[in-house]
Amino acid sequence: MSTGQTDNEIISRVLQGEQNAYAELVNRYQNYVFTLTLRMIKSREDAEEVAQDVFIKAYRYLSDFRGESKFSTWLYTIVNTTCITFLRKKKLEVYSLDNEKVFEMADSQDSGFRANMVEQKSRVNMVNEAIALLSPDDGEIITLFYKAEQNLEEISKILGIETNTVKVRLHRARIRLKEKMENHFSEEIKNIY
Amino acid sequence: MNEQQNIESRLWDYIDGRNSMAEKSTIEKLLESNHEWKTKYHELLEVHQLLKSSELEQPSLRFTKNVMEEISRLYIAPATKTYINKKIIWGIASFFFITILGFLIYGFGQIDWNAKGDNTLPINFNKLDLSKVDLSKIFNNNFVNVFMMVNVLLALVLLDRFLANRRKNFHKEA
Repeated sequence: MSTGQTDNEIISRVLQGEQNAYAELVNRYQNYVFTLTLRMIKSREDAEEVAQDVFIKAYRYLSDFRGESKFSTWLYTIVNTTCITFLRKKKLEVYSLDNEKVFEMADSQDSGFRANMVEQKSRVNMVNEAIALLSPDDGEIITLFYKAEQNLEEISKILGIETNTVKVRLHRARIRLKEKMENHFSEEIKNIY
Repeated sequence: MNEQQNIESRLWDYIDGRNSMAEKSTIEKLLESNHEWKTKYHELLEVHQLLKSSELEQPSLRFTKNVMEEISRLYIAPATKTYINKKIIWGIASFFFITILGFLIYGFGQIDWNAKGDNTLPINFNKLDLSKVDLSKIFNNNFVNVFMMVNVLLALVLLDRFLANRRKNFHKEA
């Protein structure tokens, strides 16, 4: 149940020893964190494990949160680094933005995915599934901007890149998402446009 | 960037509200008069709205419980700034600064400013024979030995901090 307290108020309580107050923060951000990890890691099981790890790390280093940025921005920075570490450990390639393999991988996922597409997708499902087909980089940046309510400057802090680079990457990610939707959900899109 | 990409880029900025007033006004005029711009705008706006309407994924119902069980065994680590004390960094810097300053003062103090000479250097480098210089006499001094030891220790501390930072940055990047 939400206490109506701000993140910083809850953090103060946790830092004063009220460990249970941390559950409020977990409840508040679990969907955001899980969505982000899932966009990068793709497997639900692994994404959930990583998301839990993110909250554990955030708790462990909570004293380092100085309140200079939003708690969510700080938390998503941990999401970003934890996901990359996980992907490296799993020896999966973290594909760069311009890597053609991204599209090959996404396309190979598409074929299997499309075979299971028996019923008409709702708009929301369609978007979520199209985002899931994007590369981890693209999926992350789109999720941060649209779902995690982070502006370009905050995303720049999270990803450790220049704001202008964020802008370009977001722009490219949206183009690729649009292409994915046009290529794989053409029937649904006809009903939209 | 081709024409089409340029239009899309400007339209995304417009949709995100990141245009200047002048650019905003230009785009609004283009949207009123240019069919291509208008069509593209509606297309992008639709994607934008769809993205906004996308839903968050939900983890399992046990998620919070799992996290809370894990953290019940943990303690919050002290803030990094408490063990990377800036006073220590300033102390080391001050030590070097004072040492260098001390040597400079001592060096300048040795110079006889009133000495009248023939505008030549006080040391005649032509007559200086480096082979006759006994380095052991200079480095046998206890003060010099202690000074060197302290410097080596400080260098090791700095090297340790440097490597720790590199390790930390590596983990951060990871």
